[in-house]
Amino acid sequence: MDMLCVKNLSISFGGLHAVDSFSITIKKGELYGLIGPNGAGKTTVFNLLTGVYKPDMGQIFLDGKNITGLSTIEINKAGIARTFQNIRLFKNMSVLDNVKCGLHNKYKYSSLAGIFRLPSYFKTEKMMNEEAYDILKVFDLDKEADTLASNLPYGKQRKLEIARALATGPKLLLLDEPAAGMNPAETEELMETIKLIREKYGVTILLIEHDMKLVAGICEKIFVLNFGIELANGLPQDVLNNPEVIKAYLGE
Amino acid sequence: MADYIRKISKNTRSNLITVGTIILIYLACQVLIGAGMMSFLMKGLLMQFCYYGMLAISLNLTVGILGELSLGHAGFMCIGAFTGAFFSKCMINVIQNTFIRFSLALLVGALSAAVFGVIIGVVVLRVRGDYLAIVTLAFGEIVKNVLNALHIGIDSDGFHAAMGAGKLELKEGGTMIIDGAQGIIGIPRNSTFTISVIFLILTYIIISNLVNSRSGRAIMAIRDNRIAAESVGIDVTKFKILAFTISATFAGLAGVIYAHNINTLESSKFGYNMSIMILVFVVLGGIGNIRGSMISAVILTLLPEYLRFLKNYRMLIYAIVLIVMMIFNWSPACIKWRKEHSIKDAAFRLAKKVFKARKEA
Ligand SMILES: Nc1ncnc2c1ncn2[C@@H]1O[C@H](COP(=O)(O)OP(=O)(O)OP(=O)(O)O)[C@@H](O)[C@H]1O
Ligand SMILES: [Mg+2]
Repeated sequence: MDMLCVKNLSISFGGLHAVDSFSITIKKGELYGLIGPNGAGKTTVFNLLTGVYKPDMGQIFLDGKNITGLSTIEINKAGIARTFQNIRLFKNMSVLDNVKCGLHNKYKYSSLAGIFRLPSYFKTEKMMNEEAYDILKVFDLDKEADTLASNLPYGKQRKLEIARALATGPKLLLLDEPAAGMNPAETEELMETIKLIREKYGVTILLIEHDMKLVAGICEKIFVLNFGIELANGLPQDVLNNPEVIKAYLGE
Repeated sequence: MADYIRKISKNTRSNLITVGTIILIYLACQVLIGAGMMSFLMKGLLMQFCYYGMLAISLNLTVGILGELSLGHAGFMCIGAFTGAFFSKCMINVIQNTFIRFSLALLVGALSAAVFGVIIGVVVLRVRGDYLAIVTLAFGEIVKNVLNALHIGIDSDGFHAAMGAGKLELKEGGTMIIDGAQGIIGIPRNSTFTISVIFLILTYIIISNLVNSRSGRAIMAIRDNRIAAESVGIDVTKFKILAFTISATFAGLAGVIYAHNINTLESSKFGYNMSIMILVFVVLGGIGNIRGSMISAVILTLLPEYLRFLKNYRMLIYAIVLIVMMIFNWSPACIKWRKEHSIKDAAFRLAKKVFKARKEA
C-alpha cells in the first residue's frame, strides 16, 4: 500500500525550475531519504507537499486521497506533519505548550469551555498533558517541560520540533535536515530516536539530510534531486555508488 | 504523575491570588470611604482605575498575546461608550428598572464593539506589522470623527440622523440624543465603583483563562510563528479574529462603564492620545503580562494626578518619570528582584512556615 504518491510535481519561480516533474512513491512505514546538493529543490518539495507553495503542475496523493491544492492546515489534518530547516518553534512558549499546540486538533474543546473553565476544559487538558508528556519522554525532553523553547540548546530544539510535528498524529512525517548543526554524538542519538518513533508510532518518514552517514545508516530508499530534477532513486547502495550522484556531489 | 494536575491548578491558583488582592483593595477602599478618610480626588479616580485596567488588559490580548500592534483601541471603547449611552438615553423612560437597563446597555456596547472587532480582525488578516498599526490608527480616528459630526435626534416621527450641525430638523417637542461635538448629555450615572470592580475582575479572569487554554495557545503560536502554527493545523484566520473580537468587546464594555460615569460623553476624548496611553499601560506592565497591565494602568492613572502641583511642567515630568520607570522596570536587576519578591512566592513561603510550625507543635 502506498502512503505517498506524487506525480510530476513541478514549480518554477520566475524562470527557475526549482522542482521539475518530481515523482515518488513511498510505501507505508518506509523511511525514505531525499538528498541533493545545495539549492537542488529539496525544501521546495516539502513546501509543495505541505501546501506552502501551490504546484504549477502535478498531483499529490496521501494514503490514496488527492490532497493537491489543499491549504497547509488541511494537509496537516489529512496527515502530513513537518519540521523546518531553519527551526521554527513557538519560542516564547514552554516546551510542553509547544507539543500541546501539536495536539491542537486531536483534543478539542471550545473557547467558551476554556474561558469559563467548564468540565470539558479540565478533562481535555488532562488528556493533552498526559499525551504531551508521553511524547516528550520519547525525546527525553520531559524534564524540560516548563522551559521556554528558546532556552533549549540547539540539539534539543531540533528534537522538540519533531516532537511537536509528531503530536499532530501524522501518517507521513517530513524532516528537513534534522541533524543539521548537531555534533556526531547528538546525530547518533537522533538516528536512534528516529528509528524508535517509526516503530512506536508506525509513521512513514521522508527526510532531507546532508549527513551521508545518517542517510546511509537509516534510510531504506534514497531519492537524489539535482537542479530540481531526479538524478537517482532506489536502494542506498545503488544510489550512493551511482557515478552521476558522486559527480553531482563532488562536482566535475 | 501528579505533575500535570499541579500544572492545571497553578494557573487557577495565580488567578485566585490576583482576584483576592483586587477584592481586598476594594474592601479597603470601601472602609476608607465609609470612614470618610478618602480624598475627593481619590474617589474620583477609583472607577478610572477599573476601566483603564480593563482597557489595558484587553489591549494586551491584541498586542502581547496575538502580537499585533494596535493603535486604535480607544476606537472600540468609543463605540461601546456611544452605543451604550445612546441605548440608555433612549430607554430611560421605557425601562424603569436601572439594573435591567444598564445590563442591556452593557450588552449593547459590548456587542457593537465586538462587531467592529470582527471587521478589524478581518483587516488584520490582510495587513501586518507597521501597516496594521496604521490601519488601526485610522480606524480610531475615523470613529472619533464620524461621531464628532453625527447628530441623532428623536421626535414624534421617530429617529432622525444627519452628519453635520444644523442639518437635523426636529419637530416641536423632539430631543437631540447625540449632538455632534457636544456628544451625549444627561446619561444616567449607573456605573458604580462596585460594578466597575466586578467588570475588572471579570475581564481579568476571562482573558487570563482564555490565554491559558487551547485557544490562547493557538493565538500565541500564531504570534510566535505563523508558518509553524499552520503546519500543525492551527486555523490562523479563526484565532486572529477571535483575539481581536474579544479584545474589542472588553474595550467596548469599559466604554459603557466610562460613559455612565460622566455627565457629557464627547467623542474628542477618544483620540489617538487615549489609544497611545492604553498602549503605554500595556508596555510598562509587560507585553503579554495580564496582571502587569492592570497594575501599570493604576499607577499611570494616579501619577499625573499627583503631579498636578507641577502646573505647566506636569506633562513634561510625567513623560520623564515614564521613561525612567520603563528603563527601571526592565532592568535585569529589577526583574530579578521581582522574581524573588513576588506576592505569590511570599504567600507560599508564609504558608510553608505556618505548616511547619504547626507540625512541630
Ligand atoms: N519562494 C521562492 N522564491 C524564489 N526562489 C525560490 C523560492 N524558494 C526556493 N527558491 C529557489 O529554489 C531553489 C531550490 O531551493 P530549496 O530551498 O528547495 O533548495 P534545497 O535543496 O533545500 O537547498 P539546501 O540544501 O540549501 O537547503 C533555490 O535556487 C532557491 O533559491
Ligand atoms: Mg533546504
